[in-house]
Amino acid sequence: MKRIVTTALAASLALGLAACGSDSGDGSASGAGDKSVTLVTHDSFAVSDDVLKAFEKQSGYTVDILKGKDAGSAVNQAVLSKDNPQGDVFFGIDNTLLSRGLDNGIFTPYEAKGLERIPEILQLDAGEHRVTPVDYGDVCVNYDRAYFEEKNLDPPQSFDDLADPRYKDLLVTENAATSSPGLAFLLATVDEYSKDGWEDYWSKLRDNGVEVVDGWEQAYYERFSGAGKGDKPLVVSYASSPPVLDMESRPKEATTGVSTGTCFRQIEFAGLLANAGNAEGGKALIDFLIGEQFQQDMPLQMFVHPVRMNTELPEVFLRYGEEIVGPHSLNPPTIDDNREQWIKTWTSLVVK
Amino acid sequence: MAVPAAFFAVFFAYPVGAIVARGLRDGGRWQFGRIPGVLGDPDVLGVLWFTLWQAAASTGLTLVLALPAAYVFARFDFPGKQLLRALVTVPFVMPTVVVGSAFLALTGRGGVLDGWWGIRLDTTVWAILLAHVFFNFAVVVRTVGGLWAQLDPRQEEAARVLGAGRLAAWRHVTLPALGPAVAAAALMVFLFTFTSFGVIQILGGPAYATLEVEIYRQTADFLDLPTAAVLSLLQLAAVAAVLAVHAWTVRRRERALRLVAPETTARRPRGAGERALLGGVVAVVAVLLLAPLAVLVERSFATPGGHGLGFYRALQESDGTFAVPPLEAVGNSLAYAAVATVIAVVVGGLAAAAVTRRAGPLVRGFDALLMLPLGTSAVTVGFGFLIALDSPPLDLRSSWILVPLAQALVGVPFVVRTMLPVLRAVDDRLREAAAVLGASPLRAWREVDLPLVRRAVLVAAGFAFAVSLGEFGATVFIAGPDRPTLPVAVARLLGRAGETNYGQAMALSTILMAVCAASLLLLERVRKNQAGEF
Repeated sequence: MKRIVTTALAASLALGLAACGSDSGDGSASGAGDKSVTLVTHDSFAVSDDVLKAFEKQSGYTVDILKGKDAGSAVNQAVLSKDNPQGDVFFGIDNTLLSRGLDNGIFTPYEAKGLERIPEILQLDAGEHRVTPVDYGDVCVNYDRAYFEEKNLDPPQSFDDLADPRYKDLLVTENAATSSPGLAFLLATVDEYSKDGWEDYWSKLRDNGVEVVDGWEQAYYERFSGAGKGDKPLVVSYASSPPVLDMESRPKEATTGVSTGTCFRQIEFAGLLANAGNAEGGKALIDFLIGEQFQQDMPLQMFVHPVRMNTELPEVFLRYGEEIVGPHSLNPPTIDDNREQWIKTWTSLVVK
Repeated sequence: MAVPAAFFAVFFAYPVGAIVARGLRDGGRWQFGRIPGVLGDPDVLGVLWFTLWQAAASTGLTLVLALPAAYVFARFDFPGKQLLRALVTVPFVMPTVVVGSAFLALTGRGGVLDGWWGIRLDTTVWAILLAHVFFNFAVVVRTVGGLWAQLDPRQEEAARVLGAGRLAAWRHVTLPALGPAVAAAALMVFLFTFTSFGVIQILGGPAYATLEVEIYRQTADFLDLPTAAVLSLLQLAAVAAVLAVHAWTVRRRERALRLVAPETTARRPRGAGERALLGGVVAVVAVLLLAPLAVLVERSFATPGGHGLGFYRALQESDGTFAVPPLEAVGNSLAYAAVATVIAVVVGGLAAAAVTRRAGPLVRGFDALLMLPLGTSAVTVGFGFLIALDSPPLDLRSSWILVPLAQALVGVPFVVRTMLPVLRAVDDRLREAAAVLGASPLRAWREVDLPLVRRAVLVAAGFAFAVSLGEFGATVFIAGPDRPTLPVAVARLLGRAGETNYGQAMALSTILMAVCAASLLLLERVRKNQAGEF
């Protein structure tokens, strides 16, 4: 009897596999065509339908968008699959992770058309053109205006302010190990207090009652009093958060403000993936990402700043946002050499 | 045996080996010298210590709370018993993201307990331990209760007639018979809690990490593959040890026990003491198991404009979070789970048949090996699939079949464990008798084997289906962005801010729960108190 059961089971397995075989054949055929180009990116990527359609019409390529999880794991996934990449262009590697991508050789050099319209300070790989800057944004402490007006207290503007007892128990930030704004905030303090002084600063911050949560959503929407039902009037978020928050209710003055001395600049890049199946299409796609249409569409889609000079900003950005002058930054190789050690030290200092 | 062995070689051993090798090989040479360095790291030791003690504590707590329930389900008859048994099993197959959010809704900031009494348990160890009890309650109830129901109560009565006190009779008669089953259940719970991932991530906050969480962080956050590889090997070794002990207890359990039909051992509870016990068990089940599920359902209807179907209606629209309306995830999940079930039943059935037919240490080793995927880090499997199955002849990376393959990997152990006892019980002489009486082999199979095995296949398929439906860890890495499964869609909705997204996540979870509960209720009808190993 067992032999018969076995045969029956084997037969159904063969049937199952045959069915799978024909289907997977269809699946891979659609990805391999020369007329489509695949963009690998993170889950925050967004673009207007008509802007994307315009590119498809004008270039003749259809675009497949493959979204991973957050930026960090998207980059890691690209590193792991570099010999046989999942697509042609990667978008969304930022200056905190750039060296990891470059050192692992996941990109092929390509000098994009229109590069001369991007300020040189944003072109971190200008010598080799392995990546092209597409947007930038600043991670800064946001404050709840109503809270500080009611308490008759000036909102903090600098890192020193945040450690001041007047602002005790008011700040919530994200876990630097799991959240990109959390890491940016840590890096900003390293830039401000140097490699030797940042640990002292964080001890003070801890003594001043800083709260750490896992992700940005939790910090901004659950703990921050300016945007949600939380009770903390200070949160680590983005310089573009105030325009986003107010874009629908449109109050006279922004309900939240930005502590301009606490900002860290994040620049996001796109690059042609090494071993890409459709390199020509990939190049066209990169040109498109820094072209006028995409750059104008981007602020209200992803709430970041266009890199293309003289791109007009949406009205809500001008009205509720603030242009950050002289933000903190660190060069990518320094970040890459120390990231892990800093996060480890930070974790044992603040979280545990 | 060839088919299941090949399946495991290609879809388990090879991908896992590839990702471990990526971490431990440098310039074509193995770098085992890295192992002591990682194991000597005090942070890693801290993680290992937490993994061990929380698993031990979770197992103890689960046993304390679930053993009385096993007794009640085995010995008492009461109205609604079948429904309650099915409900108790629902948590076991729920995806951790859903359970995590249910516990947050119950014990987190602004949750039900916070609102009523100001009690918050999130980011404490208690939330983790209680969530583990929630998940594994059914393992104890099913494994121990199934056997308990078939133990002849007259043996204990006989001992009492011979003058033994109540406790002594229990200790000398029932406990030795139950012991191996309790040990096996405890080991399974230990295995599941030792490799806990979603619960720790969602409820533990940044401060707690199990080995599994640390493997994920090292791989996905730091891309420190060498450390991740060493941790994966460490976890694999620990799991293999647990499984070896488990296999040993299972074999001891197979020693002959005098078993009777479960219908004859259960009766109405008598007296105040027994009724109090039943009441207590029902109360524990209600508070620990049903309350989180009920909160989830309640939240799915609690729209800003009062209770209604608003969140369910919103599931039909696509809003930019997904390329498709979230409701399509239901169809995706059902299709994936159906394919995964077919694969799991075929592979698991063949494996069970092979293990029954032959004995000896090799086959016993194979039996234990089949359980290994249950204890292997899902992130290791997911990333392994990503880097290993990407070149001809096995270029499956952009194919949808990867998802059901990964899900089947978790389903197979359940199929094997359900089919084994039944296959072992089929008496070869029955078939020979049929042949002697003139039946063709096909007819003999149809008349003798099929009726005996069919029920086990159905039960196994039901389990594999429910488990596949809930699989999250590996699926999240390989599910195509345009074809999310239910748990993946729930996780993505939970990761987005805003009341509507949260409500939609709760609504999708409720749908998932309903599908799981329905398939388990069907199972319950087919199964009629069979003593499987789960």
